[in-house]
Amino acid sequence: MDLILGFVQSAPVELIIVQTINGIVTGMILALVASGLTLIFGIMDVVNFAHGELFMLGAYCGVVVFALTGNFWLALLTAAFLVALFGAALQIVTLRPLVGRDPLTTILATFGTSLILQNYALWQFGPVSRKIGEPITSQFTLFYLQYPWYRIAVALLSAAIIGAFYLFLKHSKFGIWIRATTQDRLMAQAMGIPVPWVLTGVFAFGAALAAASGVLFAPLGGVYHTMGLDWVLKAFIVVVVGGMGSLGGSIVAAIFISLLEAYASIWVSPAQAVIVSFVALILTLLFRPTGLFATPK
Amino acid sequence: MTPLPQPHRKTPGNVAIGPAAAFWIGFGVILALLVVAPLVLPPFWRRFLTEILIWGLLAMSSDLLIGYTGMVSFGHSAFFGLGMYGAAAALLTSDPPNLWLAILYGLAGAAGAALFVAYFSTRLRDIYFAITTLIFSQIFYVIIFTWTAMTGGENGLIFTRPRFTIPFLVDMRFTPAVMHWFVVALVAGSYLLLRRITRSPFGMVLQSIRENEARTRAIGYPVERYKIVAVMLSGLFAGLAGVLYAVQNEFAAPDFVFFITSGDAVIFNVMGGIGTLAGPIVGAGVFQLLRELLSRVFGDQFPYLIPLGMVFIVMVIFVPQGLLGFARRWLNR
Repeated sequence: MDLILGFVQSAPVELIIVQTINGIVTGMILALVASGLTLIFGIMDVVNFAHGELFMLGAYCGVVVFALTGNFWLALLTAAFLVALFGAALQIVTLRPLVGRDPLTTILATFGTSLILQNYALWQFGPVSRKIGEPITSQFTLFYLQYPWYRIAVALLSAAIIGAFYLFLKHSKFGIWIRATTQDRLMAQAMGIPVPWVLTGVFAFGAALAAASGVLFAPLGGVYHTMGLDWVLKAFIVVVVGGMGSLGGSIVAAIFISLLEAYASIWVSPAQAVIVSFVALILTLLFRPTGLFATPK
Repeated sequence: MTPLPQPHRKTPGNVAIGPAAAFWIGFGVILALLVVAPLVLPPFWRRFLTEILIWGLLAMSSDLLIGYTGMVSFGHSAFFGLGMYGAAAALLTSDPPNLWLAILYGLAGAAGAALFVAYFSTRLRDIYFAITTLIFSQIFYVIIFTWTAMTGGENGLIFTRPRFTIPFLVDMRFTPAVMHWFVVALVAGSYLLLRRITRSPFGMVLQSIRENEARTRAIGYPVERYKIVAVMLSGLFAGLAGVLYAVQNEFAAPDFVFFITSGDAVIFNVMGGIGTLAGPIVGAGVFQLLRELLSRVFGDQFPYLIPLGMVFIVMVIFVPQGLLGFARRWLNR
């Protein structure tokens, strides 16, 4: 009894509320990364191992543009646009020849790409971490600490991007093309939808989402060449827990996993808190191997 | 990927040499060359060759899954790493350090990791298998990286190479040349064993899982059980490679548990040719040679993975059967 009481007392309510907010903020960034990954997987059958590197590339683009112009929002837009272009080129060169082959080959191709991009970043920018200044510097008082508004803005902005993206998928012409391609690639082609370009477009979109989340995260954690690895691993966990190819599932799972990790890091170091998300993954695999929110095909 | 019946080749004397005899002659010649190598090669290249063989063993172990069972594993770094740390545990605790104990501990560690990974990840197929093996190998990485008191954390563990002993027969200093011969013996033995496994009824079931899992299940084979055994076997050989690497370099480091090591094993497989067993060793050799060549020509700071990654992608797209598969097809033409 004393043990339980001590355990509860070691985490005061204030700390739990702070960690809840922290968890939601990271969860929204993760949701942005994972939704790009899910989109690419659900529509193209491509497991994008290079997704973390697109995230990292976006962050570096942000660093460069921010250094040139000093405008964070311009850096965000430019990075998303440039990485989308790069993603389109990448898809045309490395993934288009693999359409119709075993999806496993796309893992190999994107893994190769991730190695190249990571080493390029190391070679170009060096091993030292860079930082972008927060565009919103004001803070508000949350119990005993000053909480930056920027973190709240990141969560809201991520939610807005995901929402806009959902509406786009639901109502725009290109969105309808995308959904038609997911349902039946051959039929879509027969109806005159330019399927190869839809696939390229989807990859470009996913890349833009990754890049945007990279720039949003840059002021919080710094920019370095291996920053994508942590995120892509977490995004993989999220995608498996949420159910492969389910956009809603991966968003819910992203917030769920991030909250778990945030609470766990009250008691253990953040590096060890990752183990909690591994446990969530193991439990999911044990009891619902297709993921929590998998849509039956 | 299935071995085609090869036409008997005629030698000048009109004596037909069967494919089996040709294989053993080829195997003997390569083995003899590898045995003689440390006597003629300078130390740097001898060490280079030893390490290629160790990486080849790791790649070969993952070929059992990639090439024969159709499961791409990104979790071999865990087995390799547990092999390393198992060896480290044995060498740091036993007095005097015992080589065979290191192998035993390493294999036990790798088998434990393999059982854990196999139990969960064989529930999933194809890409899902690849992703879950990757995530599970990261569990071991996080544990090893953060459990500083036990594993030395980021710095890893350092120890000295044990003496080379065979009870009642040999007790000598473990010189680099002896190490090389020891590695050659184990890698050649593993190769023959894996070759035997892939040609056994068990191996045939694995290949049938690769070709058509639903049908294999319908015939009545317990597919999951076969897959778990396949992952564990593969993990044991990967663990052996880890032990050898640890003994060769006298350290165990968390970097080798990180999934990039698994990625290297997959790259060696694709470059050399999956489903050939010997191919992954060739792939490891070619990769390491190209890497050495690039860093000699352009300097140590050169990001050699950029051109090698490009070569890898080009091979995935245009030469999916790998170097050995390509050569074999070309020779049979």
